[in-house]
Amino acid sequence: MRSGSMSRATNEQIWKWLDAVPDPEIPVISVVDLGIVRGVAWDADTLEVSVTPTYSGCPATSVIAMDIETALMDRGVEHVRIKTQIAPAWTTDWLSEKGRAKLEDYGISPPNEAGGPEQCPRCKSKEVERISQFGSTPCKAQWRCTDCLEPFDYFKCI
Amino acid sequence: MSAALFEYLLRLGDNTLVLGHRVSEWCGVAPALEEDIALANTALDFIGQTQMWLAYAAEVEDKGRDADALAFRRDVWDFRSLLLVEQTNGDFGKTLMRQFLFDAFNVLNLTALVGSADVRIAEIAAKSVKEAQYHLERSRETVIALGDGTQESNRRMQKALDVLWPFAGEMFVVDAVDTEMQKAGIGPDLAALRGEWVAIIQPVLTSAMLTLPESDFAHKGGKTGVRHSEHLGHMLATMQFLPRAYPDAQW
Repeated sequence: MRSGSMSRATNEQIWKWLDAVPDPEIPVISVVDLGIVRGVAWDADTLEVSVTPTYSGCPATSVIAMDIETALMDRGVEHVRIKTQIAPAWTTDWLSEKGRAKLEDYGISPPNEAGGPEQCPRCKSKEVERISQFGSTPCKAQWRCTDCLEPFDYFKCI
Repeated sequence: MSAALFEYLLRLGDNTLVLGHRVSEWCGVAPALEEDIALANTALDFIGQTQMWLAYAAEVEDKGRDADALAFRRDVWDFRSLLLVEQTNGDFGKTLMRQFLFDAFNVLNLTALVGSADVRIAEIAAKSVKEAQYHLERSRETVIALGDGTQESNRRMQKALDVLWPFAGEMFVVDAVDTEMQKAGIGPDLAALRGEWVAIIQPVLTSAMLTLPESDFAHKGGKTGVRHSEHLGHMLATMQFLPRAYPDAQW
């Protein structure tokens, strides 16, 4: 850990640090990949990070705020303020390309405009069917591949 | 103005709070794992929306209360939720019918509120409406699946509709608070939403092989707090027990 007398980190550096903070529920992607970090700005010696919730009741939101704060403090930022910003409302359009690719690799089908997964993340078959509109976290639904028969998570498109 | 706005925000927040709690009562006892998860997720959305509405209500009131104080330290007569949302869950079909009737209204109301002159309301509505649309998609499909299912499921869905129908009309009743909000450009004309609401539910109920009750009789008194049904007190007793018995309890 560096001392508090460090010079102020650049925005580019801060974004890099934040991109190393994993989403607590889907640790394969970062909070930056998820598109929930909306801005970073210095207010005197306090670093203000604007975060938007994915779903309004998502229990991970408070954990994410804590993880961001901890990560920045570990890098030597002494004063961090997390600002919850609800507008504009989060959309899955903000998922990064890197994040989408990582989700697919991990076995979670990324959001798709058509309203359902494009393909099975495991065998890439297009023959998929919905099991349930909801899943293990607010942002996911349950689908199944009718070729390899594997059930999988689909990241809901909102 | 701020008194009416406070009242108006309580109505929005109490609807999502009471329905959110009701739906959460299914957690662990729903008829199938997928439905259990779906209901729990829906409840979670409502509780999240409640936090936004009641946090704003508390700020408007400016008496040192926060969202938790409003949720857990008010009694029945101070609640401003619609009678529809406090009705008991009954069977799975009744729960989904209640959900469908409310979801259709909620989507219309929130869509209108996205254009509210009150920026904070507009922001909360824009966030909530996406979730509400998803809820409506599901409750609509489930109502059709159950209504147009077996003879027994059809019978139960018709019964649910008949029981809940007299509580639906209150959603479109306009009083002085609504009028003041409408004049200020904050809220929509609720009475005018009824036509659009019927246009959403009618074809769904027809596809579900269900008959819309003819009577327009509507029970009132929930959103004004004048006369809640006996169910709300029982629900609050469960919901509020812990923070009342252990006021400073931390999770």
